[in-house]
Amino acid sequence: MYPDYMLESIKQVEKTRPKRLELAKKFGKRVFKPMNKQERQDILNTYHPDYKIDALRELHIGINKGDKMINEVVDLMESYPRNLSKIFDLSKVDYETDVLVIGAGSAGLSASLESAKAGVKTMLVTKLRLGDSNSMMAQGGIQAADQSDDDPRLHYLDVIGGGHFDNKKNLVEALVMDGPKSIKWLEELGVMFDKNEDGSMMVKSGGGTCRNRMHSTRDYTGAGICRVLRDEVQNNPDKINILEYTAATELIKDDKGQIAGAIIYHLDLKEYFIVKAKSVIIATGGFGRLHIRNFETTNHYGATADGLVMGYRAGANLLYLDSVQYHPTGAVFPEQIVGFLCTEKIRGLGAQPVDKDGELFVYPLEPRDIEASAFIRACETDNGVTTPTGLKGIWLDTPLIEELSGEGTIEKNLPAMLRQYNRFNIDIRKYPMLVYPTLHYQNGGLEINEKAETSIPGLYVAGEASGGLHGRNRLMGNSQLDIIVFGRRSGINAAKRVKDGVTLGKLSLKHVDDYAKEVEKLGIDKKQVSPMILPDYIPEHIKAKQLTTNYQGTLF
Amino acid sequence: MDAEIKMLKVHLAGELFEVPEGSTIMMAFEYAGFQLKRGVGCREGYCGACATVYREKGDYKLQGGLACQTVVTDGMTIAQIPFVPAEKPIYDLTQLSPDVSTFTELFPSVFRCVSCNTCTKACPQDIQVMDYIQAIIRGDIARAADLSFDCIRCGLCAMRCPAEIVQYNNATLARRLYGHYLAKKSPELEKRIIEIEDGKYDKQINDLNEMGKEELSKIYFNREIKIS
Repeated sequence: MYPDYMLESIKQVEKTRPKRLELAKKFGKRVFKPMNKQERQDILNTYHPDYKIDALRELHIGINKGDKMINEVVDLMESYPRNLSKIFDLSKVDYETDVLVIGAGSAGLSASLESAKAGVKTMLVTKLRLGDSNSMMAQGGIQAADQSDDDPRLHYLDVIGGGHFDNKKNLVEALVMDGPKSIKWLEELGVMFDKNEDGSMMVKSGGGTCRNRMHSTRDYTGAGICRVLRDEVQNNPDKINILEYTAATELIKDDKGQIAGAIIYHLDLKEYFIVKAKSVIIATGGFGRLHIRNFETTNHYGATADGLVMGYRAGANLLYLDSVQYHPTGAVFPEQIVGFLCTEKIRGLGAQPVDKDGELFVYPLEPRDIEASAFIRACETDNGVTTPTGLKGIWLDTPLIEELSGEGTIEKNLPAMLRQYNRFNIDIRKYPMLVYPTLHYQNGGLEINEKAETSIPGLYVAGEASGGLHGRNRLMGNSQLDIIVFGRRSGINAAKRVKDGVTLGKLSLKHVDDYAKEVEKLGIDKKQVSPMILPDYIPEHIKAKQLTTNYQGTLF
Repeated sequence: MDAEIKMLKVHLAGELFEVPEGSTIMMAFEYAGFQLKRGVGCREGYCGACATVYREKGDYKLQGGLACQTVVTDGMTIAQIPFVPAEKPIYDLTQLSPDVSTFTELFPSVFRCVSCNTCTKACPQDIQVMDYIQAIIRGDIARAADLSFDCIRCGLCAMRCPAEIVQYNNATLARRLYGHYLAKKSPELEKRIIEIEDGKYDKQINDLNEMGKEELSKIYFNREIKIS
């Protein structure tokens, strides 16, 4: 429960609630004027973490040398690979497959299903359990323009406007045109979308959408989808070889410059294996666990950007890694759930963000970067509420949802949120939630085309690990659609490449050795190794005495 | 600041450690020096990877919970579950019928349920597990799908069940049967898919593809917002 001094601020929120309820009844979501182009630019420049003077630095290695990227990404890229070529004889292959999928979130699972369906030998490796991923954690929804007042053109405009017009248009086109059929594919696999009595989809709005386009499975949308895909992958043991607790640490190429497999590492056995593959799909997700600028994160334990590192060392291009998505509403109280995602659907249902005095200060459904910047501004101008541990936040007035749409609305639409807070004795039907932006999504990544291909023959990327689709800011519900659309496209095209005929040459890790030499030239400390594989939350005083190196995931 | 933090004694897999008050079980393991590989996932209560069993000091009851969501108490003894052994039948969803016969064939053990409610008590999501198992036995797939909706497949129900039922795999099948067979289809969705296939939007999308940033920006900021 909230301490007394926070309850005092909540009284102010309660005091302004009737007035705000009237506004909402009269104007719907438009209880505050949305920002125009100039206002958006100004607030980003002043308050968004990406725009801080020390957020970015120049990368000194690889094909994007000279580009400015987020500091923590540059650290990963300017790190040593594990010295594998000296240890392994690549002529002794442990596994041979047609398509290798790395990562088992919804993108990797969709890719595996399509690859298996095409009739090629498929292998799926994941460093934790099958399905354990950010995909599983998505709450609010999946976009698709299937309503009669909506169309793919409007969806396209929302995607590209939200992304500040930096999106790759062929990818946006693929996303919006594949949207409706992706929903159908999922429903046929048994996903239970929220529906009205007549079977029509129950759709909500999201930040930056001009129509109600958000399909959901209560507030377990990611899980509602991912657990079905996982079950379906498990229904194909003859076609898909699954290896859990196995991380890919480096890609293997052949002497013709094609992708030819990967080195994989079993976390429990601490054993490396060589996989030879004709196509490789990177579906490893994003970088939330890098805790950029020390932000808390909504992300899964495994979100350490391994795929970015492997793909970059193999020569694939990186896009928009100067941009990070901070989700506007991360929990800041109670302490145990700091950083947790409070779904955008909460605002979609009518909850309003208000300051310590209970006053509205922003349109509740701006695109995420704008909304997050407005929350930071409120806190930096002393209009936020400080928690007992010194964190700052603003109120998200959830009781308003029930006043607007009737008692029981929260229990029906936000069961996960209600449960989460109930565990810490806060009833969000009666009390608002204290929130602050939290590190949520990697907007950029490895550049792909509409077939999910990179510039390296045989290398495909799908989902958050890829870059270009969302420009420099993703909208709610477009990531769930992204992982289905491009997960499937990657699987289909990776399998097609195999069927069209691929002849692999001699397997090689020369690209990794060459990269290591470049890192050495930069004078980097030898202790700096990537990919990270798992984050490390052990206290420093204990770590100092743990003399193994497995805390970087593996031995050299 | 450090001096003010109260430390609690907890037994992690049998060993005694001191951890800060307010830690979740997951934080306690990490504070003690374990880098978790199993029994850890999303860390927010959505993935079900961190099923844990524990006893509180002076209490005979063996309790279950998610390590990322359960706060430690002084004297607690804790064991994480690295993996839940459970057979998952292989099926082709399109070849099944959404009724009890599917369960008779694929999950005959579900009929062993003795209605003891242990599964419901074990569920960290407060799901009425026994009720959905009973719904399956009655052939009420829709109710089983609805009641089991918030299942995150941590496996604690199956670990405690004296009848050795794997509840969460039954639930997954019930929901997939509902989604595939029983949910009413959306006519708008079908219509839109055909429109897209017929090329109705090709020209509009192509026009947007050809536009420069300035023109796109103008259209974007002037688009009509119609949301409720």
